[in-house]
Amino acid sequence: MNVLFLKITLACYLFGTVIFLIYLLAGKKESFSRFSLVMTGIGFVFHTMTLLNRMLEAGYVSLTRLFDAMAFFAWALVLVFLLVELRFRIHVLGSFVLPLALISLLSGAMLPTEMRPPDTTMRTAWVYTHTALALLGAVAFAIAFLVGVMYLIQERLLKSKQFNNLYNKLPSLDFLDDLNHKAIILGFSLLTLGIIIGAWGAGYVSGWFWDPREIFTLAIWLFYLIVLHGRITVGWRAKKAAYLAIIGFVGVIFSFVGVDLVWKGQHAFI
Amino acid sequence: MWALTWYGKASTRLSKSTERAGEEAAPDTESSLDIIVVGLNHRTTPIEIREKFSISDAQLREALIRLKSYHGIDEGLILSTCNRVEVCAVVQQLQTGFQRIKEFFEDYHTGLSPEEWNDSLYLYSADEAVRHVFRVASSLDSMVIGEPQILGQLKEAFDIAMHQKATGVILNKVFRKAISVAKRVRTETKIAENAVSISFAAVELAKKVFGRLEGKEALLVGAGEMAELAVRHLLDNGVRKVMITTRNFDNAIELAKRFDGIPLRLEEFPRYLAEADILICSTGASHYVISEEHIDKAIQRRKNRPIFLIDISVPRNIDPHVNQIDNVFLYDIDDLQLIVDANLEGRQKEALKAEGIVSEELQAFNKWLKSLEVVPTITALREKAEEIRRVEMNKFISKLSRLSPEQREVVDGLIASIINKLLHSPLVALKDEARSKNGALYVEAVRRLFNLDKDLHRRHHPAASDKEDSAAPDEEAETK
Repeated sequence: MNVLFLKITLACYLFGTVIFLIYLLAGKKESFSRFSLVMTGIGFVFHTMTLLNRMLEAGYVSLTRLFDAMAFFAWALVLVFLLVELRFRIHVLGSFVLPLALISLLSGAMLPTEMRPPDTTMRTAWVYTHTALALLGAVAFAIAFLVGVMYLIQERLLKSKQFNNLYNKLPSLDFLDDLNHKAIILGFSLLTLGIIIGAWGAGYVSGWFWDPREIFTLAIWLFYLIVLHGRITVGWRAKKAAYLAIIGFVGVIFSFVGVDLVWKGQHAFI
Repeated sequence: MWALTWYGKASTRLSKSTERAGEEAAPDTESSLDIIVVGLNHRTTPIEIREKFSISDAQLREALIRLKSYHGIDEGLILSTCNRVEVCAVVQQLQTGFQRIKEFFEDYHTGLSPEEWNDSLYLYSADEAVRHVFRVASSLDSMVIGEPQILGQLKEAFDIAMHQKATGVILNKVFRKAISVAKRVRTETKIAENAVSISFAAVELAKKVFGRLEGKEALLVGAGEMAELAVRHLLDNGVRKVMITTRNFDNAIELAKRFDGIPLRLEEFPRYLAEADILICSTGASHYVISEEHIDKAIQRRKNRPIFLIDISVPRNIDPHVNQIDNVFLYDIDDLQLIVDANLEGRQKEALKAEGIVSEELQAFNKWLKSLEVVPTITALREKAEEIRRVEMNKFISKLSRLSPEQREVVDGLIASIINKLLHSPLVALKDEARSKNGALYVEAVRRLFNLDKDLHRRHHPAASDKEDSAAPDEEAETK
């Protein structure tokens, strides 16, 4: 059942991605993107069922396995997109979000997916909340990253005076810059909360490890803090902010996946 | 081509007495009504003649009265804008109708000899006339396709004609339909979507940088029609404040008054550069008025908040290298022209879709017009009566089964007689009035009172049946 749901989800996202990209590049009408929205919606329902089913079968909240973490990340990314879509009606964001969600879920699905229950000491609300907050923070940074990419594309088109389909579909620079800023604020807040809860909870659960993941996460936290501060003080906005959002997210991916592959610390996903 | 044909004689399916009533009421005579359009526009006629031809709002009422006084013109409407002067009319005979309207133009524009404009006139009748009206309303016939003014002008012309009672059932329908077609074209195609003027293209570009222009500040360096138009558009789109500087400070004060803005002296404007989100430059200077250094400083002081620059001066007044600075977006007049050209091309493509909509609506209109013919209306009325009789008989059939055959016949006869008596006067009146000026009105009334259109629609709905039912009654009548 689990695998079937996952396959349907992947199929929906794949189909939605293709339509979204055609919509974006071929300058299709707004109504055209509705198909991909419907696909995303259906995919999201199956995605939710995949996650629920998995946790029900396991009997605990499973976020500690890398596959689960990536599936949850993709799920939250699509959820945020759907919410933003309802509020702002910018279908074009889907042309960027859905491919990322698809990549995340697909690469997660290529990892071993069978359940491997974590120690019972790790099955506490502290750990769940800590992990979920960190992942949600990553989702917000992902949005900032995607919006940054959109910004750079639109900026390039405006500068080079290429008023093509892509130019027509992409939102205005100000809007993208604003969304970038808001996403980073949100991501930063979630990450801060996640770190605090992690640190607090660690006292009860296992104590501090000072492993690579923690060091990396702190570095990322510091990076985004400087980014937010720089916008106000020295004007790191617009094009610079877009670049910073992209750099930041590369760091997030590394701390998320890369750290495990290189060091395999105690804090790693299993 | 749908000349309306008003036949007296009709077929019947009901009973002999109705048939007789029909025959005695209407001898076999025929007259036709045609919708025609006679006019000239920007394509057929140079402005020198058009301007003399135009009929001002003040003259319009009187002109309509005069138009209606011509024999053979049942309904009329005059549309006069700076790009076209047209008369749309319902006439009793096609050729004389055209002639009458030419006479009307001749009488009205005595200052011009008919030779000057005769060749410029276009004459449309029937389908082509209605199609033309639909196309004009949808701005497909405009100089700039998709421009929005024409629909308003057409609505006004229609209003005035209606008030003067110059239009009747048919033209009212034509123009109401034209207005709804125009709205459909507007919503279903992108014909009016993108800017087709330089100044508007500038505003659209600014929106791609800033999203919303509310609260933004603009700086106008220099003056000129195009620049002022752009400023007007910017203000209309929410720009909060405009600073204006010209070489002659008095001009700046003058312009500032007009736009409720702030005049600046030419030598002090660089200090205010950092405040401006949008800068429009249009001076007659032969050198760069705004240098890379100017903008570099401004962008630093703005902490990288983007600046949007429009240079509509020739030769250019803003150093093109400015565009290489991050978060600075510079466009010259050629860039804007490029957008305008692309948008015009886009409108042409959309116009094709719009023509499709017009054709579709024309078909729907024709269906309605056909329903105004007397014969199908009479047939429909009789069919309706017959239908009621059949349905009611079926309802009571069990109760009637006790009657003897003779008694059944009496009941049948009674019912037929009642129906015939009831239908007699409306049918006679319909046939009598068919040939009068108000013929269409009577037909329309009968159709409404007896709710015939609902039946007609059901029968003629393309989904309901493949064969073209609407043609049937006509053929029937003609073969008789």
